[in-house]
Amino acid sequence: MQTIPVAQGLFTGPSGAPQLLASRCTACANHMFPLQAGCSKCGGASTTTVELGRRGTLWTWTVQSYPPKAPPYAGNVDPATFEPYGVGYIEIDGKLLVESRLTIADPDFLDIGMELELVLEPLYVNENGEQVVTFAFAPVSATEKLSQS
Amino acid sequence: MSDDVAIVGIGMHEFGRHDGVEGIDQGVVAVRRALTDASIQWEDIQFAFGGSQAAGAADTMVSKLGLTGLQFINVSNGCATGGSALFSAYNSIKSGMFDVGIAIGFDKHERGAFRVDLKENGLEDWYGESGLALTTQFFGMKINRYMHDYGISHATLASVANKASRNGAMNPMAWRRNELSVEEVRSSRMLSYPLTQYMFCSPAEGAVALVLCRADRAREFTNSPVYLKAAVVRSRRFGSFEVMAPHLATERGDGPTIDASKAAFEMAGVGPDDIDVAQLQDTEVGAEIMHMAENGFCEHGEQEEMIARGDTEIGGRFPVNTDGGCLANGEPVGASGLRQVYENVVQLRGNAGPRQVQGNPRVAYTHVYGSPGISGVTILSR
Ligand SMILES: [Zn+2]
Repeated sequence: MQTIPVAQGLFTGPSGAPQLLASRCTACANHMFPLQAGCSKCGGASTTTVELGRRGTLWTWTVQSYPPKAPPYAGNVDPATFEPYGVGYIEIDGKLLVESRLTIADPDFLDIGMELELVLEPLYVNENGEQVVTFAFAPVSATEKLSQS
Repeated sequence: MSDDVAIVGIGMHEFGRHDGVEGIDQGVVAVRRALTDASIQWEDIQFAFGGSQAAGAADTMVSKLGLTGLQFINVSNGCATGGSALFSAYNSIKSGMFDVGIAIGFDKHERGAFRVDLKENGLEDWYGESGLALTTQFFGMKINRYMHDYGISHATLASVANKASRNGAMNPMAWRRNELSVEEVRSSRMLSYPLTQYMFCSPAEGAVALVLCRADRAREFTNSPVYLKAAVVRSRRFGSFEVMAPHLATERGDGPTIDASKAAFEMAGVGPDDIDVAQLQDTEVGAEIMHMAENGFCEHGEQEEMIARGDTEIGGRFPVNTDGGCLANGEPVGASGLRQVYENVVQLRGNAGPRQVQGNPRVAYTHVYGSPGISGVTILSR
């Protein structure tokens, strides 16, 4: 099945190790996600696109325990099979905090400060039969185990 | 600020669910009740500011109230719609342009969690498609970090909802009027960790109208005028942590509540210690807790002890959300900020019955917060 991103310009890939794309203000070095033309900090009009790297630490989190309204949500909203997902802000390299889905939804395994890594998650299959993916963060330990197996 | 502007009439349409009653008609009911309260006729109202988020344009209600030709301006400012109507009415009188006018807020939302209009919030489709466009997530994440930083407990979260339900049970205009125990709150369905179903308010319906006039004419309309000492609305600054934000800056800045609160205290010439009763935005229990500190009423983390001590109860040192707040009244967005002012007028008049704050409260405070990072504060005094 062909895999396509939920939107262009959010992250690299979808093949290979994904990275989020951010705008960096050429005047004050403020980072913004997703890409935007002006700077929210200094009001400067000039930004460049940079890759954010793959790792970050969890700044805060919650769990989406009930199916969101659809639209806008494009994932599974069937109450019988809906699977809760985590949501958090991930601090990346002192540059910014990115809001993202988390691959784990169990409060017992989510801790502020834990190290996370960017992955792509299947969201839905579109009318062309393509697998649409969005970005998410997973515990580093889990992705390391995956790559070892 | 001197006593420039007085509130001389208040009217409310009951909050809750009113099948078959349009939001705008609830607004008309609130206006009629406010006019009666001020003993004034609609044709003597010189101007109006009004708005709703989801129930249509306020100015269409003139066809039911009377086509008097008054200046009627529709206000649309998210969760601060009611506060903005009040702020605008205040300035219209203070500027000397008009003597008597009315501020109106009403709403009627669909059931379930608020559906977010992405474009209206400056967001792209992928944000909603990916499952991030839910205000409940923001509230869960903000209080989760706050609990981590300042040691607020899960038990304290539940006790805020317990208090709201107890106060709502004493308020005939409230939607939910049955007391919920701490245990019922904690064991209700988890919606957005650490917040359970009964820790959140729900979208609702209702309307509030306030008649305002030049302070030196107040006695023409009422024996118990309440003076508007400050009305402030502020938007977010760089670094604040707000709802519907795909990214945040790493440096934390003051949110709009802190800015609005400081400006309001300065305008009114009073401080947090002078406030006898407060209505603080309680979209969920964490918001009430955090807003106590953001509005300057305590240090961060002090809430744990204050709430355990009962300080924020009606009989406590610093009563908060005496009408049950959003938690017991629900949140018709356009009307919510004016409900807070309504309750404070009732309290300052000494008319709150079983939920009356004792000791003849003299100065009262309201605070509304909402999407996309906007806060409104008022300070009233007798
Ligand atoms: Zn800049």
